Amino acid sequence: MWLFLVTEVMFFGGMFMAYIAYRHAYPHVFAEASQRLNINLGLTNTIVLICSSLTMAMAVHSAALGKKNLIILFLILTLLLGGVFLGIKSIEYHDKYVNHEIPGHDFQFEGPDAQHASLYFALYFGLTGLHATHMIVGAVILIILIVQTAKNKYSAAWHTPIEMFGLYWHFVDIVWIFLFPLLYLIDPRKLL
Amino acid sequence: MSAHIVPVKNYIAVFAALMVLTVATYEVAKIDLGGFNLVVALAIAITKATLVILIFMHVKYSTTLTKAVVASGFFFFLVMIFFTMNDLMTRGWSGVPGR
Repeated sequence: MWLFLVTEVMFFGGMFMAYIAYRHAYPHVFAEASQRLNINLGLTNTIVLICSSLTMAMAVHSAALGKKNLIILFLILTLLLGGVFLGIKSIEYHDKYVNHEIPGHDFQFEGPDAQHASLYFALYFGLTGLHATHMIVGAVILIILIVQTAKNKYSAAWHTPIEMFGLYWHFVDIVWIFLFPLLYLIDPRKLL
Repeated sequence: MSAHIVPVKNYIAVFAALMVLTVATYEVAKIDLGGFNLVVALAIAITKATLVILIFMHVKYSTTLTKAVVASGFFFFLVMIFFTMNDLMTRGWSGVPGR
């Protein structure tokens, strides 16, 4: 599982590399464009994901102790928190759509360098979209795990799928831990 | 996999630390530190990621092989950043177009 996660580090890493290169090249317009994001929604989502990581860790913990009902409870909580995250993310995406901030022919940006602001939003959608895709995949696997746990498939002696999925879920959380400051907190002038 | 059982209080402690650091990264972003804003934000993010990896993902209690795999993943990511930026930031130094 860790080998898979290392490939994931490189999968996301390529996009982080693109972000670093272009932020280095156009620091001012990136700061300007980042102000269009809703920091409060980003902060809320960060907290939601950390909570879901705790419930996931508790699910793995319960699995190691073989407590079936607790596993199901914590997996459902994790699924719910993941759903809250995706819900808030979809509100943010909708705001971007309404405000013409999705790169393409409809993109509108008031500023001296709209072209590179578009680049920022392309990276924003690329990075958060790849992250959200991982969340959706995770939610599907969570549902499968809940059903299998209910069918007594896992015990204290063998619960490897739950443990492996826990690693995956925490990894997705780590990606967001980096995305939040890098995308939302570049230049939070509107907080002042 | 390892049968090591981490006490629940460790998970709660990590969770509390992650929450505190999240608020810290949000608050510190409001202060203008110039170029150091990015340094502080990344330092906090790396600390949070390390806590998740070591405790939530049990790497602290895992075998040396697992630790080596994890470290190599992040090491080669840093190698990629280093050589890409090494290229981008030194273009034009030689004064030869295209080099």
